[in-house]
Amino acid sequence: MATLEHMSLADSLLVSLLGICVVFFVLILISFFIRIISKILSVGAKKAPAAAPVAASAAPAAPAADPNKVPAPGSLGEIKLFDVDDQTAAMVMAIVADELKAPLNELRFISIKERKKD
Amino acid sequence: MDIIATLKELCLTSGFATISVQQLIMLGVAVVLLYLGIVKQYEPLLMIPIAFGMLLANLPLAGMTDEGGLLYYLSKGVSWNIYPCLIFMGVGAMTDFGPLIANPSSLFLGAAAQLGIYVAFTVANLLGFSPAEAASIGIIGGADGPTAIFLTNNLAPHLLPAIAVAAYSYMALIPIIQPPIMKLLTTEEERQIKMEQLREVSKTEKIVFPIVVTLFTALLLPSVAPLLGCLMLGNLFKECGVTDRLSDTVQNALMNIVTIFLGTSVGAKAVGETFLQFSTIKIILLGLFAFAFSTIGGLLLGKLMCKLTKGKINPLIGSAGVSAVPMAARVSQIVGQKANPSNFLLMHAMGPNVAGVIGSAVAAGFLLTVFG
Repeated sequence: MATLEHMSLADSLLVSLLGICVVFFVLILISFFIRIISKILSVGAKKAPAAAPVAASAAPAAPAADPNKVPAPGSLGEIKLFDVDDQTAAMVMAIVADELKAPLNELRFISIKERKKD
Repeated sequence: MDIIATLKELCLTSGFATISVQQLIMLGVAVVLLYLGIVKQYEPLLMIPIAFGMLLANLPLAGMTDEGGLLYYLSKGVSWNIYPCLIFMGVGAMTDFGPLIANPSSLFLGAAAQLGIYVAFTVANLLGFSPAEAASIGIIGGADGPTAIFLTNNLAPHLLPAIAVAAYSYMALIPIIQPPIMKLLTTEEERQIKMEQLREVSKTEKIVFPIVVTLFTALLLPSVAPLLGCLMLGNLFKECGVTDRLSDTVQNALMNIVTIFLGTSVGAKAVGETFLQFSTIKIILLGLFAFAFSTIGGLLLGKLMCKLTKGKINPLIGSAGVSAVPMAARVSQIVGQKANPSNFLLMHAMGPNVAGVIGSAVAAGFLLTVFG
């Protein structure tokens, strides 16, 4: 096909249809793989806490993680909000991450406080 | 020593005496592109080297593109496909695939936004371009500079300057091209849709992703391996956590050096005989056509997914499926926030945006397999 000088409309439509199908096929399969990998890894992660008490007894000096302290989704650690609702805080964090060109889950926000005008 | 004769000879052998009309026009084009890059800031990092390469290549008697000239050797990096792949490595090192892994459905939008490639390919065929040329023109719709350069260099190297200039110009114009199409194809209610927060993606998922994607796509479409392989290698440097120095080098020093070489080399290929033709105008118009249809493809699938999920997906993120990272995602964010000031679509749009990079590379691999 590479040596063709010109291609008929029917042929070019056929190639286009085939091309878009190939793109969809490959990307759908990639999404399928992502889902499988995520499932496998989440199953692995669920099994890990079950083994944690054994590890804890083997190393009593290590500080135990507080199960109530779940890191804020999408960011690192906890954050204190002063006069700021969750949505605004999320927006501020996302804007900061975008400006710094850094993934949100690699940034640590200590607190967000609204500055009142005098 | 006859001073008059010497001065006369100097004048006759100078560039001023030997410059052709074509070269003068090309120097004018180079100056216009420099203006667009510096004053209007249209993709300046690439537009300025491209424009200056064009300027250098069209200087009479300088011989910079002749065998032995500096640009002749620098251009080998383009003709041997080295620069586009190294640029892709840098892009990979700067890309966070987290939003894509958190929402794999984004990949569908990245695929739909390749529609413009095939629409432009079909129209270019109708306009009398050969299939290989039409494929190179169509890839402008992928909105991905290195991919466009890679494919064109393999299929229709004589069109490289026109296609590179068109691709980078339209990428810079995305904030102007996309919003009217987005508003035309979506309703106010759809634009206001707020999407749920993405789940957290583990480090292991981010490390496994580039390895699996490389293995799978390169085995399925071997022609895509140079581009996607480099993209994923750069991403692995970033995510694995033990190659911070390499990641830093690829993102900054290497990326900057290769950008200079790539831009200058591509510009140097724009000489009057090949660039000043009616086909260049056709390519530039077809590029716009391709961009518009890619945006339409992403938006239409976005609307379909919005319907299927009963309003959980904002269709505006579909337009980000054209690669142009992160410009297209920012446009989705801006248009979404205009409809609903508390809407924050950026992270959601980054999924289709990076999926578009993979999608356009796969489309290029397919076209290379068929017409290469």
